[in-house]
Amino acid sequence: MAIEKSTWTTKAGLAQMLKGGVIMDVIDVEQAKIAEEAGAVAVMALERVPADIRKQGGVARMSDPELIIRIKESVTIPVMAKARIGHFVEAQILEALGIDYIDESEVLTPADDEFHTDKHKFKIPFVNGCKNLGEALRRITEGAAMLRTKGEAGTGNVVEAVRHARTVFGEIRKLHGMSEDELFTAAKNLQAPYDLVKSVAQAGRLPVVNFAAGGIATPADAALMMQIGVDGVFVGSGIFKSGDPAKRAKAIVQATTHFRDAAIIAEVSKNLGEAMVGIEISKLPQDQLLANRGW
Amino acid sequence: MTVGVLALQGAFVEHEAMLVGIGVEVRQIRLPRDLAGIDRLIIPGGESTTIGKLMVMYDLLIPLRERISAGMPTWGTCAGAILMSRTILDGRPDQPALQVMDIESRRNAFGSQLDSFEADIDMTGLDAPFHTVFIRAPILQNPGPSCQVLASLPDGRIVAAQQKHMLATSFHPELTTDDRIHRYFLTL
Repeated sequence: MAIEKSTWTTKAGLAQMLKGGVIMDVIDVEQAKIAEEAGAVAVMALERVPADIRKQGGVARMSDPELIIRIKESVTIPVMAKARIGHFVEAQILEALGIDYIDESEVLTPADDEFHTDKHKFKIPFVNGCKNLGEALRRITEGAAMLRTKGEAGTGNVVEAVRHARTVFGEIRKLHGMSEDELFTAAKNLQAPYDLVKSVAQAGRLPVVNFAAGGIATPADAALMMQIGVDGVFVGSGIFKSGDPAKRAKAIVQATTHFRDAAIIAEVSKNLGEAMVGIEISKLPQDQLLANRGW
Repeated sequence: MTVGVLALQGAFVEHEAMLVGIGVEVRQIRLPRDLAGIDRLIIPGGESTTIGKLMVMYDLLIPLRERISAGMPTWGTCAGAILMSRTILDGRPDQPALQVMDIESRRNAFGSQLDSFEADIDMTGLDAPFHTVFIRAPILQNPGPSCQVLASLPDGRIVAAQQKHMLATSFHPELTTDDRIHRYFLTL
């Protein structure tokens, strides 16, 4: 019997198993256990959550492998970790650690301002961020097996996540209605391969799972993103920078499952304590916007 | 016939698409009130800890266990198989589960995502091998006398089993285009 490991189907398939779930940023074993206990489908192992990266500044890099391994050993759910954009050696290290997914993330300081990592060369699957359909399709072409529409991480403000999810879905709807001859020019304008553009136009959807990320801080934020059409949510600073992380984490999990049931979302939103302090995006200087990293 | 697909988390849409392709009615199950009028149930792949916790929070665990024990045909894939097994090994000690089938499951039995794989395997009741997809998959072991093994790997590890009206597979037929196991399930 021939066994084929790390195929495209197994890479994209793991993301399919995460759908309808919440992936939570954690910085230590204790937070990882709280996340699993609350019903997270996976954890993102980090040294600093985006809110702290934003506050402290400096170069943000891959986390300490020792920390990632300790977190991996403390939970039964999948573990993800972030590598810098284009830093394929950080990605090689994360693959060697035997974790489950790599996030090639704009939350870290990019290591290459021209090229993303060639993800086809890896056995481990990658998730990448996108602001629009062209960016999404370029990442898939490079081998990303999962996407997340970018928000403005570490702000507790959902507006950018909404903007980019609406942009991606709107562009897909537009493609879906195009005639075949219009698709050639659409591919040129999207700066994406024609065959991929055509298959998205025919299917009316992306070929990989697409989560929302960045700025999600409340159960209502999570349900909003789900109703807009994403397959699940990443929550970063929103949980462990809030007053009662365990309770908020559990509430966001429930709101993601029951995202169309306003009575349930109302119920789980009660008495969650203080939400993380939000940042008005228009007050941030342009060069501090993380979502603009990646192209 | 209406087939319920547990839709708390995971790859439920893929099962739904497979069933719609065969031509049966499907209903997503999130709350106890959704159970009225369904004849069968599929518990999809996903995270077994997440699905189990949501089953408890929304009072689905006991009604589901009662319906399944009373004879409702039920099929669990991957996380679903874990939730149906009598004992979960390598899981969380307090992990909630249905525990309706007389077989054990061992979570992530092949290792991490890097050990996820595809292979063609023979299955009792199917005329030709089935192309299987295993993702952070469990194995099944120590079946009780009423539990029949339907498929194993060459090293003997069990990956599909049936106990009367209940079916468990470690792998994901819903990620392929082969609907033979879905059709088989509809005959139970």
